Amino acid sequence: MSVPIGWFLAVSAALFATGTVGVLVRRNALVMFMSVELQLNGVNLALVAFSRLHGDLTGQVLTFFSLVVAAAEVVVGLAIIVAVFRRARTANVDELSELRW
Amino acid sequence: MSADQVAFLVLAPISVGAGIAMLLQRNAVHAALLLVVNLVTVGIFYLMLAAPFLFAVQIIVYAGAIMVLFLFVIMLLGVDRAEPLEEPIRFQRTAAVLLGVGILAELVTAVRAGVGFRALGPAAFAETGADTAALARALFRSYVLPFEATSVLLIVAAVAAMVLARRRPAPATAEPEGVVDAEEAAPEEVGA
Repeated sequence: MSVPIGWFLAVSAALFATGTVGVLVRRNALVMFMSVELQLNGVNLALVAFSRLHGDLTGQVLTFFSLVVAAAEVVVGLAIIVAVFRRARTANVDELSELRW
Repeated sequence: MSADQVAFLVLAPISVGAGIAMLLQRNAVHAALLLVVNLVTVGIFYLMLAAPFLFAVQIIVYAGAIMVLFLFVIMLLGVDRAEPLEEPIRFQRTAAVLLGVGILAELVTAVRAGVGFRALGPAAFAETGADTAALARALFRSYVLPFEATSVLLIVAAVAAMVLARRRPAPATAEPEGVVDAEEAAPEEVGA
């Protein structure tokens, strides 16, 4: 294992920044959601990299919990998007500016 | 340059490139497939960081289950139409890209100051960390309560998804405005 940990951290920073730009730029609710997943992945990669750097399994445990919470979050988020789409007939967040119908 | 470094230098541009291509892709299905590429490369990074269990979980849960959910919803809703290009707020895209570059610069500076680009981590961890039994011990001894709590979380999420995505027993489903009217007229049916 001869890859410096800092390289992984740089990649995770790039993934996080890409996800941030995606959430801010895209207006399709589903693609925004995927960008959030990209951010989560960047953070998970950083956690595993720090776990390797310090020789401590806590980072891997935290990543495991983060994966579980992400799965639950995706399920609920997609259900909300489906429910909103049924009513408003759009997934474009610019057109979803009202709080109730 | 060792084999590990070559593998990293091949995978890192693929990972970041798939992420950036996902943003530029106007078709939602293609964006989801690019995200799968990114998730698989991140999984291989886990393997290189001596976390084989997380590699398996990443492939099965993320690249498998979650992305299938995404693709199902994209195709179910038919939202793979291209979105309009005009900006509702002026210079929003430019500002967002500048912010992203700023975040990247800040994080890389922090990594450079805090960890540096040479630190390798303990060599012995490559053996003990690759041991999934050690992760299981940490999970089931120190973190048993959070682990049980996640099972509750998953059940709650599944029930919530079913309740949210359930089709209301509304009689009028011919036109969208008819559906809205029927649901506003009979809100007590929803709770029943």
